[in-house]
Amino acid sequence: MAEKNTFNKCTDYKRIKSFFRDDMKLLFGGFGGVGTPPGLIDCLIDSGAKNVHLIGNDAGFPWIGIGKFIVLERAATLIASHIGSNPVAGDLMNKGKLKIEFSPQGILVERIRSGGTGLDGFLTEIGLGTELAYDKPVIELKNKRYLYESPIKADVGIVYARKADEFGNLVFDKTARNNNPYVAMASKVTIVEAEEIVPVGNLDPEEIIVPGIYVDHIVTSTGINWKWIWETLEK
Amino acid sequence: MGDIRKIIARRAAAEIREGMIVNLGIGIPSLVPEFIPSSVSVYFQAENGILGMGPEPLENKDGNLSNAAGYPVSILPGGSYFDSAVSFGMIRSGYIDLSILGALEVSGKGDLANWIVPGKKVPGVGGAMELAYGAKNLIALMPHCDKNGRPKIVRKCSLPITTYHCVNKIITERAVFCIINNEELQLEEIMPGYNLADIKNYTEAGFTISQELIINKEA
Repeated sequence: MAEKNTFNKCTDYKRIKSFFRDDMKLLFGGFGGVGTPPGLIDCLIDSGAKNVHLIGNDAGFPWIGIGKFIVLERAATLIASHIGSNPVAGDLMNKGKLKIEFSPQGILVERIRSGGTGLDGFLTEIGLGTELAYDKPVIELKNKRYLYESPIKADVGIVYARKADEFGNLVFDKTARNNNPYVAMASKVTIVEAEEIVPVGNLDPEEIIVPGIYVDHIVTSTGINWKWIWETLEK
Repeated sequence: MGDIRKIIARRAAAEIREGMIVNLGIGIPSLVPEFIPSSVSVYFQAENGILGMGPEPLENKDGNLSNAAGYPVSILPGGSYFDSAVSFGMIRSGYIDLSILGALEVSGKGDLANWIVPGKKVPGVGGAMELAYGAKNLIALMPHCDKNGRPKIVRKCSLPITTYHCVNKIITERAVFCIINNEELQLEEIMPGYNLADIKNYTEAGFTISQELIINKEA
């Protein structure tokens, strides 16, 4: 942790735990676990929170990312684009223990972005006439039909960053960026796990991807604590 | 089965031209790069946030630099990283020259089914709907028949649809078809080791035959 804590955002996992509550809506960053904050996932598990409503790109792997929480059967619902890498999520869905709403991947990000940018959703032809239209409203405009996609917001969002300064300005790492910026924007309480926390002024303003205005709490990462799929196959 | 996948991937690689921006789906499409000649330079887009994705590095693999399936990759000179909204923005609005997707079924009018086998497999749609919607050119790859020997090129898809009227070309181990104006399925090419009867008897959808039909002989 940086020595000063000017904005009172730098904290520790113990204090973060109280933000994870039963019945909360939780947005999580990450794509197949890449860019999902490992320490905050463990903190979520330790918190005992149950009946959680999850929103994120996918179900991770049973031992990676949000998958570690899903296998504990404490998520009530999941909005995601796919669950192929986590067969446990599919089993829970088939047993009626986890309600899953599938969304096209980029449409889901736009719904989160819409929630985080003060907009009221958007129209798209994508998904029209398919099972993924669910009961979404169909809007006709100028003789064309569209699905209305509603904005998504959450009570809590968990984000993984390469670097944060004490204000919460964020820099990401390669493909670990993915949906993290929008998770930060669309959550009432945004918690960031950063590999490194630096004093204000140490980040080049041109390299900052997420301005600190969206960030409420910052913890230092203790690093990835799972084996990636390609590491488990390499044995 | 392994061989069939490689035969399909090799034929698909021949569709890739110098300078294209290409997105590859999971499954058979992920095998395509190994068959692209090194003289052809293309930029692969990975929907998890890379334009200019390079091959898996031999060492110093980085968990934070992976393809959409979660496997380590590299980045080529001129490559860039971006977030998921930017990634799908370029996918939906037609900046991808060629999208190559795996398929479960394709109809004669180019309807694609590739995201769910109800009651059996529920991988989810991922980015397929948007890739199918936005790509300038969409090629579907699949074995010609399912494991019970039933045709996968059908009159009407029995599986839930990913996107209607989106496939421009179908490549199987037996044949290459194009779909003209979302209307006419046309046989363009017979793959080595097969004849017209092998294709007619195992393609449910009706098709026409190109005047320039290519009949590939076994190597």
